[in-house]
Amino acid sequence: MAGESLKFRDPELAKALAAALARHVEEIGRPVSVMHVCGSHEQAIAKFGLRSMFPKLLTVIMGPGCPVCVTDVPEVDEGVVLAEQGVHIATYGDMLKVPGTVKSLADAQATGGKIHIVYSPAQAVELARSLPGEEVVFFATGFETTAVATAAVIVDDPPKNFSVLSAHKYIPPVMEIVAEMPESRVEGFLAAGHAATITGWAVFEPFIERHKLPVVVAGFEPLDILAGLVELVELVKNGTPKVVNMFPRCVTREGNRAAQAQLWRVFRPVGGRWRGIAHVPNGNLRLRDEYAHLDARRRFTIDVKKLWDYAPTHLANQCICGDIMAGIKNPYDCKLFNKECVPETPVGACMVSNEGTCKIWHLYGGVPDLSEVSA
Amino acid sequence: MTSSVAPLSGRVTLKQGGGGRAMRNLIEKLFIRDFAAMPFEGVGLAAMDDGAAIPIGDGRYLVVTTDSHVIHPIFFPGGDIGRISISGTVNDLAMMGATRPLGITCGVILEEGFDIEKLEAIQRSLVATCLEAGTVVITGDTKVMGRGEIDGIVINTTGVGITRRVVRDNGLRAGDRIIVTGTIGDHGLAVMSARHDLALEGDLVSDVAPINELIEAALEAAGDAITAMKDPTRGGVASALHEMASKSDVGILLSEHSIPLTDAARAAGEILGIDPLHVANEGKALIGVRADAADKLLAALRAHPRGRDAAIIGTCTTERLGSIILDTGFGRRLLAEPEGEPLPRIC
Repeated sequence: MAGESLKFRDPELAKALAAALARHVEEIGRPVSVMHVCGSHEQAIAKFGLRSMFPKLLTVIMGPGCPVCVTDVPEVDEGVVLAEQGVHIATYGDMLKVPGTVKSLADAQATGGKIHIVYSPAQAVELARSLPGEEVVFFATGFETTAVATAAVIVDDPPKNFSVLSAHKYIPPVMEIVAEMPESRVEGFLAAGHAATITGWAVFEPFIERHKLPVVVAGFEPLDILAGLVELVELVKNGTPKVVNMFPRCVTREGNRAAQAQLWRVFRPVGGRWRGIAHVPNGNLRLRDEYAHLDARRRFTIDVKKLWDYAPTHLANQCICGDIMAGIKNPYDCKLFNKECVPETPVGACMVSNEGTCKIWHLYGGVPDLSEVSA
Repeated sequence: MTSSVAPLSGRVTLKQGGGGRAMRNLIEKLFIRDFAAMPFEGVGLAAMDDGAAIPIGDGRYLVVTTDSHVIHPIFFPGGDIGRISISGTVNDLAMMGATRPLGITCGVILEEGFDIEKLEAIQRSLVATCLEAGTVVITGDTKVMGRGEIDGIVINTTGVGITRRVVRDNGLRAGDRIIVTGTIGDHGLAVMSARHDLALEGDLVSDVAPINELIEAALEAAGDAITAMKDPTRGGVASALHEMASKSDVGILLSEHSIPLTDAARAAGEILGIDPLHVANEGKALIGVRADAADKLLAALRAHPRGRDAAIIGTCTTERLGSIILDTGFGRRLLAEPEGEPLPRIC
């Protein structure tokens, strides 16, 4: 069938890259940890079974790169409260299962909330047009890549019954947080090619200046990721902290300036919590005052406190997702793992997503070695 | 594999109807416990198979299966709720070995205000699909509920058939080959694309069809060498294989490159971030077969128009019992069982 011959999915080339990766790690001669900060990278690594190609001494940590997973509890609560007020909520499909304090959007839907799955902000606008007289709130999540798409509909004169509940996040600041964690073992970052398509790779230069850690921008096909890791581990080996763009077919130094202009015209960065991570200065994107009329937080009174009367416990406080994402701890170090925190009722980000470390460990009892299983 | 699942509490959620672990948990904890303890000779509720088999003497079994059908949208590329109502039940009977359905019951619950023209179209589809499957609706029931009390239309069908050999979903043994009778994911992706108005329709067409004739050809070709069958409906191939593997106490090593997939389904899966292994099929079967009969079975399947794309996709092993190991050509990973309805995702 088609697809097997795709240029960036050639298993033979992949084996050659895996061998190069093994050589570099062997030359370093000790365990090496690097981090990617992108759900799409983890998705591709998991989907293509790339972990089984990595050398044993190399740990590729899944960083806080899933925007859905790091959407914080109070942000989900806001969506739930709006839904309970009878407002239509349009959002991306993977937001439905993300737990709030007592409810997820899926729970809100089960009790009559009008939740619509959309695949783009433009679709949310269309929904608003099709429901005149009803309020439609686009619950917007994602990093700077998807925030640009949200910005595009905001500046395009959306209908009066449309507004945005922004939970958009901005990646560069959280890399600082991870790099500054005292116990962090991360020696280099694999940066997301699609985000860098917008921001340009130069956005990482100040980071490298401060932390002396290499950053490699990589794409999302199996060969992109393997080639990115080969480059990154070589930089670690040579002690060369610099940015290397391994996704030149999309990413430039400056990035997409028109998109950046639109992004910062609509959003301003503010500090805020990322679920399971920390307070991230400038990590959240909120609507500027100029667009206050489209900001659901200012259009509606969102009293999330009324949800908390029913709050079961403060399980979230015991969650160690932040340390797991930083590669400092593993799921077995968490008191909640496989007890209060399971995929059906996740507490932390790592149990929410299919690519989350805790979800994978829950399903498979750790990171299995499958290379020996014979047919 | 850990099988810890959350206890039942609160309210029913949509994922408890998604065909994965959450649904099995609901069924096991709530519906099955009491009935499974009551005396019954044959394959009953406790087996959680595609249907029940009642011994009727003379070495024969009456196979019974029932299914309620709800689908949005009611009409989708490649089919409609009528076609799915007949196909689903005919196929469940076939999976148990009863490839010639004696008759089907049809209960229809309608919402006040439902368009008669649509109902007529659904009726035409019920008739056409019955003709295709060589069966007939023999009794039925109609109810109308008030506006808003039910969403459009719900159709329940029950089918009966007779077989001399009941094929189960738990008979896999190490070394058996796994065959899928055609391309996967078409139905789920076509419906999802239509439902969420993703404007991806293109060539995405549901595979919904009765495949009893195909299964009859398979059973004629391979007979007792067929060790297990299951149709990968809700939860897709991933869920069906997990169920077969864990009930049979084997592991299954799947070769991703041998899994048949249309270009349209591959593209839609990539765009939506949904693995075609996780979405429903309505005209396919997974068949476990002894290794030495696999080629013969494959040839028989491919000779039938509904089995042209059949392929050997995996082998049963004695390792990683209950798990599905997917060889991607790059490396291997464990295939997760879907939880609830797969949703288009952004990350």
